[in-house]
Amino acid sequence: MDMPAPDPRILARKAHVAARLRAALDGARVIDAPQDVIAYECDALSAYACPPLAVVLPETTAQVAAAMRVCHEEGVPVVPRGSGTSLVGGALPTADAVVIGLSAMTAVLETDFDNRFIRVQAGRTNLSVTGAIEAQGFFYAPDPSSQLACAIGGNIAMNSGGAHCLKYGVTVNNLLGVTLVLADGTVVEIGGPWMDAPGIDLLPVICGSEGQFGIVTEAVLRIVPRPEGARPVLVAFDSAEAAGATVSAIIRAGLLPVAVEYMDRPCIRACEAHARAGYPDCEAMLIIEVEGAEPEIAAQIAAIRAIAARHAPLEFREARDADEAARIWLGRKAAFGAMGRIADYICLDGVIPVSALPQVLARTAQLAAEYGLEVANVFHAGDGNLHPLILFNANDPDDLHRAEALGADILRLCVEAGGCLTGEHGVGVEKRDLMEVQFAPADLEAQMRVKDVFDPHWRLNPAKVFPLHLSAARRGAA
Amino acid sequence: MIAPVDEGELAVLVAGADGPLRVRGGGSHGIGGPGEPISTARLSGITLYEPGALTMVARAGTPLAEIEAALAAEGQYLPWEPPDLRALTGATGAPTIGGVFATNTSGPRRVVAGAARDFLLGVRFIDGRGAVVRNGGRVMKNVTGVDLTRLMAGAYGTLGILTEVSFKVLPRPEAARTLALRGLDAAQAVAVMARALGSPHGVTGAAFLPERAEMLLRLEGPEAALPARVGKLAALIGPLTEAACDWAAIRDGRALAGAGDVWRLSLTPIASPAVVARLPDGARWFMDWGGGRLWVAAAPGSDLRAALGPIPGHATRITGTGGTRFHPEPPGVAALTHALREKFDPRGLFNPGMFD
Ligand SMILES: Cc1cc2nc3c(=O)[nH]c(=O)nc-3n(C[C@H](O)[C@H](O)[C@@H](O)COP(=O)(O)OP(=O)(O)OC[C@H]3O[C@@H](n4cnc5c(N)ncnc54)[C@H](O)[C@@H]3O)c2cc1C
Ligand SMILES: Cc1cc2nc3c(=O)[nH]c(=O)nc-3n(C[C@H](O)[C@H](O)[C@H](O)COP(=O)(O)OP(=O)(O)OC[C@H]3O[C@@H](n4cnc5c(N)ncnc54)[C@H](O)[C@@H]3O)c2cc1C
Repeated sequence: MDMPAPDPRILARKAHVAARLRAALDGARVIDAPQDVIAYECDALSAYACPPLAVVLPETTAQVAAAMRVCHEEGVPVVPRGSGTSLVGGALPTADAVVIGLSAMTAVLETDFDNRFIRVQAGRTNLSVTGAIEAQGFFYAPDPSSQLACAIGGNIAMNSGGAHCLKYGVTVNNLLGVTLVLADGTVVEIGGPWMDAPGIDLLPVICGSEGQFGIVTEAVLRIVPRPEGARPVLVAFDSAEAAGATVSAIIRAGLLPVAVEYMDRPCIRACEAHARAGYPDCEAMLIIEVEGAEPEIAAQIAAIRAIAARHAPLEFREARDADEAARIWLGRKAAFGAMGRIADYICLDGVIPVSALPQVLARTAQLAAEYGLEVANVFHAGDGNLHPLILFNANDPDDLHRAEALGADILRLCVEAGGCLTGEHGVGVEKRDLMEVQFAPADLEAQMRVKDVFDPHWRLNPAKVFPLHLSAARRGAA
Repeated sequence: MIAPVDEGELAVLVAGADGPLRVRGGGSHGIGGPGEPISTARLSGITLYEPGALTMVARAGTPLAEIEAALAAEGQYLPWEPPDLRALTGATGAPTIGGVFATNTSGPRRVVAGAARDFLLGVRFIDGRGAVVRNGGRVMKNVTGVDLTRLMAGAYGTLGILTEVSFKVLPRPEAARTLALRGLDAAQAVAVMARALGSPHGVTGAAFLPERAEMLLRLEGPEAALPARVGKLAALIGPLTEAACDWAAIRDGRALAGAGDVWRLSLTPIASPAVVARLPDGARWFMDWGGGRLWVAAAPGSDLRAALGPIPGHATRITGTGGTRFHPEPPGVAALTHALREKFDPRGLFNPGMFD
């Protein structure tokens, strides 16, 4: 993975840039000591790291705008940052870039239960948004597994999803408005607590823009009433085919579970060793959660049981109380941590049509064998969003390269099956050089034109998302 | 009118165009300014339908009716209830799926299910240079690159001509019930609707018809589940009676046909009664989306927007001539959308003047 060489003229002006930021920021933190900027050298894709020129941690939209204006005038690239949990290097700096971090902007600005929205500063964590409204019986629906740490601004930049988005949608479906600071420091309000845009709707391109279009400082989010109840079931199968066919049949039957999660044997074993959730040792396992009033839950589970029965399940386990429900989710929620104890891993995020599940899983296993690597699968099956985890040894550079090559092959497979490279983690630097697998030149050109509109000088997160050779002229002109 | 037979011919036509084009769906009286009408009528047909994956792909000129019939045969539907505004506009053509997404129009269920754009998964379109652009796909989750797909929803053809759309569909609920509460004024009605929509009982429609002082709630779901939900709602908000209601008429704004120029407002729901209080004398109105959508018929040729002054939301004129059709955007947003149109359509071919 290449990053553009830092601009030596900017590196030479470091002290001047930091001084201007301090003057403009009026008390908010500016970090430029080499031993301190290290903390911002990477996100959760820690294989790639680079300390930035400086870091600023503004407390208000006006301060973000002031910092952006300084960077604009000085011609310095900016890397927006939330909590740094990106799995794709979205928040990876370059040595000549200023990181603008939102970690000091965590306030709840407004809660409105009659109009069903909350307005927050974008550095607030996902889980604490729900925390601010749950006493009134509401929640914020998108629930990435990283929700304890990740920030709403990062969620918006990545259009993050979670286990429950099968029913409630991903971030873009739950976002009503943003305050956006553009690269030159202009502040724009887009959308608001009403349900649609008067004409061209900019929210969908801001959502998922990976820090390339502006810095989101405030967000208006849709909140939804908590269901009366929810209950998971666990269904074990002796083949991926049976599990995949069950998922399709459930959806086909008109049932709409809130979540359908899939784990394969390597993943189940790792979770058992780590979390001891009491999972069966089987080839494939589904966790299916339904919600509603008690009789409706019972009726849905009965229907799911009948469908699963046609696919020879090894076990059908229904949670009888809150404790059993928690145990069913326990292993799934611990899956990434558990895998991390066994080995280093790369987490992929490809998406396929649900109907292609068995073929793609079989071919993934073949590819893994060819590369001599182990792959564990844990993913959102209801919407075909795969998370193959490729296990490798990070101390062995050759192992990393093989793991990356296998990852690229698996993602190509997803695209060939009618799917895409990423369903929720984003492109960042990790999948940047694979974009041409999915898109023709004209497709990428059209996308880059949107960046031209928001960031004409290509200063915001400039080396992400688009293959460097395609963005070179635009970045060079900056 | 030109009606290219396929995407390739359309691309060539756009590349070679030397004047404005008025982009039209399936021959219905399309909105749009001057220029040679260019129709997607012959880009028609469902190209893929996988009921088990809840996805459909169709060429943009496919009549909405054809799509809805194919879905109905499998017990599925378009959850956002695309409106049919012909009763208001007097148009006769058949709406197309491309037109539905280009206008991002949604009906009563939008308040819980999401808008048309929330169901759009992928597009193919011709940009203003005549290039074919593909974005999104046919899978449920996709964050690969910039989301041009949903950007096209609500762009009214100004950023490109859609040639194919793929979208998510859902199983049709087994049963529906409408419950009415009568004798309310507007402020009481929005308060009750807010309580109903903020409850977990699955309300999928919330309207207020002032001429009958009647608030209507729709519940949808499995037949067996509805009686219990009706009971819980009544316990929450008061003595509800079952009523007959034509939600399609609410969806289409039919109560206002012939009553004047029709406007559709998007508002913060609770603020709706205050806007109603400022309506000009003689205006007729009703509410959908718990107050979040206000339909108004005002005197022909009048500018309702100017009469109301600032509102928490925006107003679109559906029929008539007073004021601009679309709500002026705040200056910062307008600069961005203008720049987008210039990038996607540098010669200003597509529906010039649409948003002016
Ligand atoms: C403000 C407003 C005004 C309306 N006025 C009318 C009206 O006067 N008459 C009427 O019948 N309906 C009108 N509608 C309803 C709207 O046209 C319907 O919702 C839509 O479904 C009609 O589909 P159609 O195929 O007939 O599109 P059309 O009525 O032909 O076009 C509607 C809009 O979509 C664009 N469009 C259509 N197909 C494509 C495509 N393939 N790619 C890109 N853009 C496309 C057109 O340029 C136009 O801006 C209006 C809606 C709104 C919100
Ligand atoms: C253990 C683990 C589990 C995860 N599970 C999920 C999951 O289930 N679903 C899922 O979707 N993701 C998941 N992720 C990925 C990650 O948590 C999400 O992408 C998250 O939204 C990133 O938020 P953040 O605040 O950490 O952003 P960062 O990592 O700081 O930044 C991410 C990107 O957003 C940009 N950005 C950040 N803040 C702003 C802002 N205010 N304005 C503009 N741009 C900004 C950055 O420039 C960068 O490109 C997981 C990550 C981990 C480590």
